[in-house]
Amino acid sequence: MTADASQTPTGMPDATVVTNVADAPEVAAADVPPELLADSLRQYVRAWWLRVRSGNSGVLPVVLAIVLVAVIFEVITPEHAFLRPSNLVYIFGLSTIYMVLAMAETVVLLLGEIDLSIGAVALIGGVIAFKLVQQPGPDWPWWAAILAALACCGVIGALQGTLVARLRIPSFIVTLAGFLLFSGILVVVLGGADGTVGVNSSVANQRVIYDLVQGLIVPVVGWVALAVVVAAAGAALWLRAAGKRRQGLTAPPASVTAIRIALVALVGVAVVLICNGNRGTSLVKVEGIPWVIPIVLVLLGALTMLLQRTRFGRYVYAIGGNPEAARRAGISLAAIRIWAFALCSATAGLGGILLGSFFYGQYSTNTADPGQVVLYAVAAAVIGGVSLFGGRGKAIHGVLGGIMIGAIAYGVSLLSLGQLTTPLQYILPGGVLLGAVLVDVQSRRGTGSVTGV
Amino acid sequence: MTEMNEAHEDVSRGGDGVEPLLKLRGIDKHFGPVQALYGVDLDLPAGQVTGLCGDNGAGKSVLTRCIAGVHQPDHGQIYFEGQPVHIRSARDAAALGIETVYQDLALADNLDIVQNMFLGREKLSHRLLDEDSMETQAAQTLSTLHVTTVRSIRQPVASLSGGQRQAVAVAKAVMWNSKLVLLDEPTAALGVVQTRTVLDLVKRLRDQGLAVMVISHNLNDVFEVADRIAVLYLGRMVAQGPAADFNRQSVVEYMTTGSAGGRPLEPAGSASGEG
Repeated sequence: MTADASQTPTGMPDATVVTNVADAPEVAAADVPPELLADSLRQYVRAWWLRVRSGNSGVLPVVLAIVLVAVIFEVITPEHAFLRPSNLVYIFGLSTIYMVLAMAETVVLLLGEIDLSIGAVALIGGVIAFKLVQQPGPDWPWWAAILAALACCGVIGALQGTLVARLRIPSFIVTLAGFLLFSGILVVVLGGADGTVGVNSSVANQRVIYDLVQGLIVPVVGWVALAVVVAAAGAALWLRAAGKRRQGLTAPPASVTAIRIALVALVGVAVVLICNGNRGTSLVKVEGIPWVIPIVLVLLGALTMLLQRTRFGRYVYAIGGNPEAARRAGISLAAIRIWAFALCSATAGLGGILLGSFFYGQYSTNTADPGQVVLYAVAAAVIGGVSLFGGRGKAIHGVLGGIMIGAIAYGVSLLSLGQLTTPLQYILPGGVLLGAVLVDVQSRRGTGSVTGV
Repeated sequence: MTEMNEAHEDVSRGGDGVEPLLKLRGIDKHFGPVQALYGVDLDLPAGQVTGLCGDNGAGKSVLTRCIAGVHQPDHGQIYFEGQPVHIRSARDAAALGIETVYQDLALADNLDIVQNMFLGREKLSHRLLDEDSMETQAAQTLSTLHVTTVRSIRQPVASLSGGQRQAVAVAKAVMWNSKLVLLDEPTAALGVVQTRTVLDLVKRLRDQGLAVMVISHNLNDVFEVADRIAVLYLGRMVAQGPAADFNRQSVVEYMTTGSAGGRPLEPAGSASGEG
């Protein structure tokens, strides 16, 4: 690595650069995304390692943690059953509620707020959608029922957001009250403490909702879809990076882009291989990708687009980073906060519908504890890498954190520890959460102490 | 009316006879019972740096905010390019080409340089953020200001030094074809090297024909960059003119006593009262 300034990428034609990774002050460099400091793979890895050490390195730590958890459970579970395809697919279904709710929570956490009500709101959304497709009963088409449920949840979120944004009541209190209130309303909506609602998988309209998690994609279609998605995403990534490089804008080195595309393809192939294998018996074949995987991916893509590429998303980050700066820039803080809470609750509603589908289309007061769901969701977002202090994190962090929570919860249940299972299902995620928060606090402290020219 | 004309003659004697970009005439401002500004006159000519000095509580910030649209004066008139104007909001100020860099800079640490420079005024294409053209334009602005010490304009502001952050805040202010930039204590929190960077930046703004007002306690900095000096004392403009007419001692005397070398307070009509 030379100190030749021309090596360093920069958008500025005559703005030469005083330093590169080698002679940069380490604290400051640790904050800078590696692709900004590197135009060769070697520099990239070096810059990236600097960030990892400062606890500020994107998705890789949580991915490594998930791999570590998987390996540990594979080793210690009886018959080494953890990594069986049937278990892996089940874990994804189990994690869905945490993944979706963690993505929802991410939007609000980015603002520097928190929403403790989304567990209860999610279940209300699920129950509303299930009620609306009942036959005899309203018998709405499945899509109308889902949209109505999401709209109800969105309105609930907007109301709570209004209290937070207009009256400046701390979101912790507003949504804690909301959590208690909506947990009660949930029981009413269900029709009493022993109320239940379910979808009948033999009715075509209700079958769609049943299939959201349980439905399987024919293996061949799965492969074709994977090929299309990888080709489209790869081409988009590559062309975008190449276009930026051509214009002299900041872009990662070509080799890094290539590695990223290869990783996406590799993960995709692995998922399809696992899902397309027969997880049933030789008599009853169970094979194919569950619908829930593309659903989560589409939601992830939509939220990522919204947060990274639109004004709304930019303002969410700005408010989380420095509300005063956002206000002076003419951004309406109240409007953005209200929309963010509405978006969070509507997304949570989708999570609730998927949760019902995961439980074979049955909802009862025992399906899930709204308090536990929301605490796991917040934990998932933070474990994934979303900062509790606002302004840092992405939707993908919610997904990865959700998988982590699901993997631990299911892995513990596989250990057949009897009495110890339930305590461990709380204790282990608690420990991981504490570790994640420590990293969050540490990296935040690191950014505050940057000095020197 | 005649008083105002006299004041005009008086104030513009150091202004090269050219109509200043921004003229304040007889600005009064009070908050409840507290009178913050008494009939302040001020000229900010284009292509010159005006140093605004004054002790704590002299009214520097209130005056700045009156120009920036945060406060409205109770009496008096603001002329911009010779036209009387009313600046009712920061948006009005921005529309005229007046940008303010406050002491706290108002940057979001978690956003990168480009995102901060365009905050609130993002460019869109197909309803999505047009990152490429924003990055290109931000890079151009920074390079015309010779801001060359940042490693990449895509790094988060959190990773910048104090001087670099100030430079980004100034660049953010001048990117919008602004004609007048108000800088509130731009060097207050900076070390020696960083102060030099920022002062060079201020000179570059002047060389590009902008009117600049620097509010500062630091007389070294003021004498270093200012072409004109204006001194506020307890809400009154007690001295104003080319920097060459002042020396360090006279400015300090104006700042602390409202007069220098036995000269009386300049706005004679309002000299009585508290002191």
